[in-house]
Amino acid sequence: MYVATKGGERAIEAAHQWLGEMRRGDTEVPELSVAQIREQMTLAVNRVMAEGSLYDPDLAALAIKQARGDLIEAVFLIRAYRTTLPRFAASLPVDTDRMEITRRISATFKDVPGGQILGPTFDYTHRLLDFALMADGNAPRAESREADGSPSPHILALLDRDGLMEPLAATDETPPDLTREPLEMPASRPLRLQALARGDEGFLLSMAYSTQRGYGRTHAFVGELRIGACAVEMDIPELGFAVEIGEIELTECETVNQFNGSKTEPPQFTRGYGLVMGQSERKAISMSLVDRALRWEELGEENTGAPAQDAEFVLYHSDNIQATGFLEHIKLPHYVDFQSELELIRKLRREAGSDDRQEAAE
Amino acid sequence: MDVALSGGFARPAEHAARAFRACLQAMARPGRIYPVTGAEPPAPLSPAAGTILLTLADSTTPLHLAPSHDTPAIRQWIAFHCAAPLTGAGTATFVVGNWAAMQPVDRFARGTADYPDRSATLIIEMEEGDPNARLTGPGIETAIDARLPEITAFEANNAVFPLGFDCYLTHGDRISALPRSTRVEAL
Amino acid sequence: MTDQAYNFAYLDEATKRMIRRAILKGLAVPGYQVPFASREMPMPYGWGTGGVQVTAACLAPEDILKVIDQGADDTTNAVSIRKFFERTGGVETTEHTAEATLIQTRHRIPEHPLTEDQILVYQVPIPEPLRFLEPRESETRKMHALQEYGLMHVKLYEDIARHGAIATSYAYPVKVEGRYVMDPSPIPKFDNPKLSGSPAIQLFGAGREQRIYALPPYTEVVSLDFEDHPFEPSKADHACDLCGAAETYLDEVITDDRGGRMFVCSDTDYCTGRQAAGHRGRLSPEDAA
Repeated sequence: MYVATKGGERAIEAAHQWLGEMRRGDTEVPELSVAQIREQMTLAVNRVMAEGSLYDPDLAALAIKQARGDLIEAVFLIRAYRTTLPRFAASLPVDTDRMEITRRISATFKDVPGGQILGPTFDYTHRLLDFALMADGNAPRAESREADGSPSPHILALLDRDGLMEPLAATDETPPDLTREPLEMPASRPLRLQALARGDEGFLLSMAYSTQRGYGRTHAFVGELRIGACAVEMDIPELGFAVEIGEIELTECETVNQFNGSKTEPPQFTRGYGLVMGQSERKAISMSLVDRALRWEELGEENTGAPAQDAEFVLYHSDNIQATGFLEHIKLPHYVDFQSELELIRKLRREAGSDDRQEAAE
Repeated sequence: MDVALSGGFARPAEHAARAFRACLQAMARPGRIYPVTGAEPPAPLSPAAGTILLTLADSTTPLHLAPSHDTPAIRQWIAFHCAAPLTGAGTATFVVGNWAAMQPVDRFARGTADYPDRSATLIIEMEEGDPNARLTGPGIETAIDARLPEITAFEANNAVFPLGFDCYLTHGDRISALPRSTRVEAL
Repeated sequence: MTDQAYNFAYLDEATKRMIRRAILKGLAVPGYQVPFASREMPMPYGWGTGGVQVTAACLAPEDILKVIDQGADDTTNAVSIRKFFERTGGVETTEHTAEATLIQTRHRIPEHPLTEDQILVYQVPIPEPLRFLEPRESETRKMHALQEYGLMHVKLYEDIARHGAIATSYAYPVKVEGRYVMDPSPIPKFDNPKLSGSPAIQLFGAGREQRIYALPPYTEVVSLDFEDHPFEPSKADHACDLCGAAETYLDEVITDDRGGRMFVCSDTDYCTGRQAAGHRGRLSPEDAA
């Protein structure tokens, strides 16, 4: 005898308990602390902060722990938390010229004022598994010396001075905020950049890569990639001046792109821009390539139909929280829709004379 | 207590939820009258109009006070309780006043073909009176009689559907609504 | 008990106001999709975040809430959403359609006729009825503005040419008050007639796609069709095997691996109610009484 399934509530509770147990794993192995994740899984923490759009290493580390290391799930936890936070004020734009630099490289000039600084990079490591890390590793120390305090101006500003760079006008306009207003097409560049900065690293990487392979080619060079800490300042109306409220680590990438000129513009170099929270180099470079590809219209370039030139395509599909939610929802019950499809298929088959065997047997 | 600081929602989440349900029912069923309570604004702003503002307006919704309602006490009350920035007629999300003071109403946003929702909502303070119009359209089973400040302007507003402004009619602690979708006929 | 760490019904008041304004504009322009700044909810996009936000914005402390998924109160996602509002709104919940003042649904309209005292909130995955014909939002927005619905008719007509019938069985497009073509959410087309002239307020929320739309009560909703191929609501050609109802939408249940199957009401509350009132179906257990 058939009885409609009941007990969804109990099943959910049991599933959650099982999930908790699996998250902890073998209790013979010491539990990970949030501080350990924050300090030793920093690039994962950075990715969660960047895509979660919330600069808080402790919460990002907690989210990673809770999500069993599933970074998209961790981003989701951060986003859902972030959306409930009240907004007290907006900071001033961060000044990346005054960044305390830990890494700064340029692919366009051999030497630059302020120097090239490799910083903590995987770039020249040989990708050989370090089995020593399987044992209790020691704490390696890097040699350090005082910074010489010389300024590190943006490298593209040097080209700018020669008039070879597209001019970029500063504006006091408040940029739109897609977390407070629905995304609207056509999207302005600030809105696009916000979407890209929150976008999925893998998606942006693939999009950027496709432009390098000819789908919307923009001939990009990394003019400058810089990573470091930037002060966050806020205007306090009662005081009449800005005060520093904290510091965040940022990765900024500016690409230099060839541009043959248009009816209104002389031949010059143009930029693509990437700015990402934390040390997120791959994402920042990807972002600047995609940003540049999306600028085809304002620069009067040809739309070759490349995916990376299609703002609607890129912006509506870059958010991994939206994507994963909708993708995974197809595992929810769809009995009703499926039943209506079943009936339709049977009806069409009947009408086409190809009798459903099941129907015939009945 | 200062009149500007008093007269807001005592328990904001619950009060706003109940007041919104009245606003929702009213907009869904044009011409039907619903009581709303919660706000005690300075006159001539009615408790009903004040409650609508507390429920729907905030710092993101520019508000236009028609001359009938542009008083220092109302300005202060708005600033303190809903923080809606005051603005001119053309840029207002909400407009409050009596009908005569709102003229001419073609100044108010009526949305665009792409975004008809980007239109003003008029909160019209009414005097009591007998029904003078028969309303039909979405939200109305057959027809309903209602008191409107005039007929022609609302016929014209309905004629440009899906564009147009939407109205709440307020008196004391009662509201009814007249969305642009409602067809209006003089009785 | 309400979870004190969060505001009533979870969302902050500013967010609720933004959603409330969108709902009201939706009612004023029936069938038009109002963009709204959908928030990230503590449940995944695609799992009812739009419906949940609309419900949260509408819910009052006195409400009696019912949540159904596929017509049933006990499907896991319905359970999860109901728990969410029990926890954050402290509202009473019910499984009985007639008792509920607010019903959030996914993929069904209850069989029990709705009343003026009820609000039905639909969860919507893809609110744009033209999306599968034209993926670009900028284009579909223009098509709605200009009432350019020819593409939709062409698609339906191509179905007829190829299959002899319109090959859309759920999320069947409708026209609202002769103006906007609207997606009724993935309800089976069997439910489409119930959209029109309903005494209840019907609200539609699409969280990921950031759209809200609405049908005021007594709004005319017409399923798109052709004179020579009129719209036909359809269901499995059986009666419910548990309660004997002949006019309800049925789920097909596979009972063994030899082709055995039975048909039962997809609306579990309706079916249980009928059984309690003594109605019996083909496979009902023998009466104990």
